[in-house]
Amino acid sequence: MKGKSLWSDARSRLRRDPIGMISFVVICGYLLVALLCATHLGFKGYNVVDNSIAYQEPSVVHWFGTDIFGRDVFDRAAHGTITSLTVGFFGAGLSVLIGTILGAVAGYFGGFADELITWFYTTIDTIPYILLVVAFSFVMGPSLTTLCLAIGLTSWIRHCRVVRAEFLKQRERDYVQAAAALGSGNLRRIFVHILPNTFHLILINFTLGFISAVKSEVILTYLGLGVKPGTPSWGAMISDARLELSRDVWWGLAAATIFMFFLVLAFTLFNDALRDALDPKLKSR
Amino acid sequence: MGKYIFRRVLYMIPILFGVTLVTFLLFNVAGGDPAAQAAGRYATPAQIQAMRVEMGLDKPMVVQYLNMVKQIFTLDWGRSWSSKQQISILIKEGVGPSLSLTIPAFILTLLISIPLALVMAYKRNSIFDKSLLVSCLALISISSVFYVLAGQYFISYKLGWFPIWGWDPTWEGRWDYVALPLLIMVILSIGGDILFFRTVFLEEMYQDYVRTARSKGLPERRVLFKHVLKNALIPIITLVVLEIPFLILGSLLLESYFGIPGLGNLIYRAIQESDFPVIKAMTIMSAVLYIVLQLVTDVLYALVDPKVRFE
Repeated sequence: MKGKSLWSDARSRLRRDPIGMISFVVICGYLLVALLCATHLGFKGYNVVDNSIAYQEPSVVHWFGTDIFGRDVFDRAAHGTITSLTVGFFGAGLSVLIGTILGAVAGYFGGFADELITWFYTTIDTIPYILLVVAFSFVMGPSLTTLCLAIGLTSWIRHCRVVRAEFLKQRERDYVQAAAALGSGNLRRIFVHILPNTFHLILINFTLGFISAVKSEVILTYLGLGVKPGTPSWGAMISDARLELSRDVWWGLAAATIFMFFLVLAFTLFNDALRDALDPKLKSR
Repeated sequence: MGKYIFRRVLYMIPILFGVTLVTFLLFNVAGGDPAAQAAGRYATPAQIQAMRVEMGLDKPMVVQYLNMVKQIFTLDWGRSWSSKQQISILIKEGVGPSLSLTIPAFILTLLISIPLALVMAYKRNSIFDKSLLVSCLALISISSVFYVLAGQYFISYKLGWFPIWGWDPTWEGRWDYVALPLLIMVILSIGGDILFFRTVFLEEMYQDYVRTARSKGLPERRVLFKHVLKNALIPIITLVVLEIPFLILGSLLLESYFGIPGLGNLIYRAIQESDFPVIKAMTIMSAVLYIVLQLVTDVLYALVDPKVRFE
């Protein structure tokens, strides 16, 4: 009889989880929206300026009204998806990359390397997250790249801890000892043998990082450290809403909040489903 | 025990060194020329040079670094670039307003979320549990800035229940201004807290001692409220203690939106005006607080659990 691998088992569990599947479809929907925006095939009204129709209320033509320049708010919110997905993907990707490498080195080699890396992340962890991001943004100047780098460079600590603990555990296992006995070097043992066994942790922490990166974009834009002015982003739309609300213009805030709500919720639910599907300990429960 | 505390205090030194080093590298080395920043956009080279001498930037890096370390122990952080006031005074003035917002909000959040999470864990997978779970997930999926703007717009501007913006330094007068931000702060943190506590309680429920208690024939209610709650206190207390620095730091978002003159607002304005000395002081101050409180929790653990001491 052929045994089921963790991944095929997880895939079949995920398929049987309706909430997980729905959230996966929603995430794919956002990817499609971003693709349509990037190729200029859809949501074309995001940059069409017409001052005569500034601040129009939601209507059949403009589902979420228009902004100060008469641009379609719904289309702008759709284009904000690109910014958020970029920040989420690269911010979380960088954080997972740094966390995995440092965690793997610390956990696998132990000794001085471990102490040095532990000292390093304890230090970074001690500094409040927001102040650290602010410092990075000051150094690099506000832009989309800065946003991704600032988030990625500051949010890897949690993941690093998890990976380190996992490598500490795995390096003593028989299969790693066997690989060593067969003559595989340290790098081969780390990347070919142990790393694939920690991949579920990487995936789970990536989706978690994605969520916090999308949320951070809004806060950092409010602080004036977000994307360049004029780039459509949910953070910019929410920040602008402060002045708009004093004129009873609520649709900018509503559009950005609704777009962000479903993306974050879908990622949160997908992460939960992923965890349930991948965590072998939960299987028996 | 004394040995453990001594070792633990020694361990603070490299972390403190790391924090000062990172801050120093970020602001004095990578962050461009602080003298040019401080002198302003229209300064002449001579003015910048004078500024450099005044700020001690003409000295070697090591001396500059040691000067910064000295500031931690003397609590003299110099002056703000924008308001020219003593930073230590600015901090002292900001603590009160920040705490009068964050402490009531924090306590209220705990008082609501812990019992709710316990009941959710007790009735796990019931309609009650599931509907609250969904509500919490929805709550944390909405941007925090939305709550602030919506609260200000509907409750203050449309309904006129609370002032939109402002502050009253007297004790009796400030609650009018604190009420709405306090409410929003509770909403901001309650979703995540309930989810966290529910996980903590559920994890405890699969421990062996719970099975033992059940097999003795104790009713589920007693198992939960007596055994589980007691054991779950450790992660809860950790959370509470490590939250203290953030209570003192205040809420950047709420204080700046509602005009509360706390430390959060101080940081917000410093960011807006690129006021490096203030940001540097706040960074190091909160890091030191965090380190000290971590020491306190570790010592408390060691008092409770002898195993920790020998690790």
